[in-house]
Amino acid sequence: MKKTIITVIGKDRVGIIATVCTYLAEHNINILDIDQSIIQGYFHMMMIVDANGADKEFAALVTDLEEIGRNLGVQIKMQHEDIFNIMHRI
Amino acid sequence: MTNLFEVQETNKMIQESNLDVRTITMGISLLDCCDKDVDVVCENIYRKITTKAKDLVRVGEEIELEYGIPIVNKRISVTPIALIGGCCCETPEDYVKIAKALDRAAHTVGINFLGGYSALVSKGMTPADKLLIDSIPQALAETELVCSSVNVGSTKTGIDMDAVKLLGETVKKTAELTKDNDSLGCAKLVIFCNAPDDNPFMAGAFHGVTEGDVVINVGVSGPGVVKRAIEAVRGQDFGVLCETIKKTAFKVTRVGQLVAQEASRRLNVPFGIIDLSLAPTPAVGDSVAEILQEIGLERVGAPGTTAALALLNDQVKKGGIMASSYVGGLSGAFIPVSEDQGMIDSVLDSALTLEKLEAMTCVCSVGLDMIAIPGETKASTISGIIADEMAIGMINQKTTAVRLIPVYGKEVGDTAEFGGLLGYAPIMKVNEFSCEDFINRGGRIPAPVHSFKN
Repeated sequence: MKKTIITVIGKDRVGIIATVCTYLAEHNINILDIDQSIIQGYFHMMMIVDANGADKEFAALVTDLEEIGRNLGVQIKMQHEDIFNIMHRI
Repeated sequence: MTNLFEVQETNKMIQESNLDVRTITMGISLLDCCDKDVDVVCENIYRKITTKAKDLVRVGEEIELEYGIPIVNKRISVTPIALIGGCCCETPEDYVKIAKALDRAAHTVGINFLGGYSALVSKGMTPADKLLIDSIPQALAETELVCSSVNVGSTKTGIDMDAVKLLGETVKKTAELTKDNDSLGCAKLVIFCNAPDDNPFMAGAFHGVTEGDVVINVGVSGPGVVKRAIEAVRGQDFGVLCETIKKTAFKVTRVGQLVAQEASRRLNVPFGIIDLSLAPTPAVGDSVAEILQEIGLERVGAPGTTAALALLNDQVKKGGIMASSYVGGLSGAFIPVSEDQGMIDSVLDSALTLEKLEAMTCVCSVGLDMIAIPGETKASTISGIIADEMAIGMINQKTTAVRLIPVYGKEVGDTAEFGGLLGYAPIMKVNEFSCEDFINRGGRIPAPVHSFKN
């Protein structure tokens, strides 16, 4: 199964996880793992998700999440997991 | 399992240190486009390129979006055109027709540059090679995306000094025909010794005759990433420094490998090589000069510069070779002047001269690159500079190249503006003593001995 990584970085506020998770649920994307921390007031979150059953094209999901990020004042990126594995694993 | 730290490290490289895939270059053989009629050849070339590369830009953009890694350029390299035009071109203007067909095809598929308006004349020129070289100034002036290169020497064959002489004149003429744009045509012309068949970088890319029909080569960059990594080991010894550069080069090359595999799979075209080159851009923080300065030089050109560049080039190769089994092309550190803000600053501060750059080319991955010189420089002097650089490549069994821009109407103290990734450059001083009698001798410099090396 090809996994996807979603990262959220920005100033912490109410509802970041809720908004992102709601969007993912609406588009049939399953969350496999969440890791998050607050560093000096900045919110860092990484989700590992399964987007293989999503009801939208990958490119459209990337654009939607960027838009959601802009509305929340944070930066949201969605990338295939391979780029991280290939760089950090031999 | 992927963790937050690794994800952040990768994304910081992309966002803060300008990590990018500099180019996906599709190599296309045009050997099957030959015909006796030049118009038929043009039609065949246009059809083959627009068929084979029709999805190149779309696939590049898809990969960019899905992996979140910028892919700056999508390019095409083709079989050296002197070989294709040999059967149908009787005048330089016939070759220009082919250049225009290439330019049209490049525009149609939406790529950034197309390389391969080239001739391979390391031992001698056929009439077709000579016609192509004669056509270069007009071809570069009348097309937008076509790049040209000529290989005039190799370690196995020596240097074709007749071609070197002719190319000094060709560079001058190209400068004159593109004088309205600060002689920009010369930025699209490279003269090589030991040119590789699979280089994806412009302006010197061409699809060698030993290659298959179509191939995908990928060029990765990332001077900013290396600079950021070695900032963390400031003051530590060379062992630590080299290890840091090597590990960073490894990570960068792995990204290139992923992009190359994906592009190859989606386009259904075999993967050729990864070229791991530190290719600077005029953007601040995307500079090879800044790496050299971080290694410990006040300015590029200071004593120690050649040694610093040598270790950088070697560690980049070592990291890259571990990361991909098919490293090729030029792979190493590029030292263009106009495309690197740190190099420009060093020239402006009088730290860096043409002679020091020549010494640096002995240990960098290519050669004298994107250097603006006075428009009044004589053709024979340009040929002399080319001959020097080719000799370095021939004797040291490495690729060397010359991309000089004698900027029409400008002299030392002026600045040439090329725009975009090509940047801007202060006009550099050239040694004005004559080498005319040397260049006018004609003939060939023989191949060097391959033993007794000291």
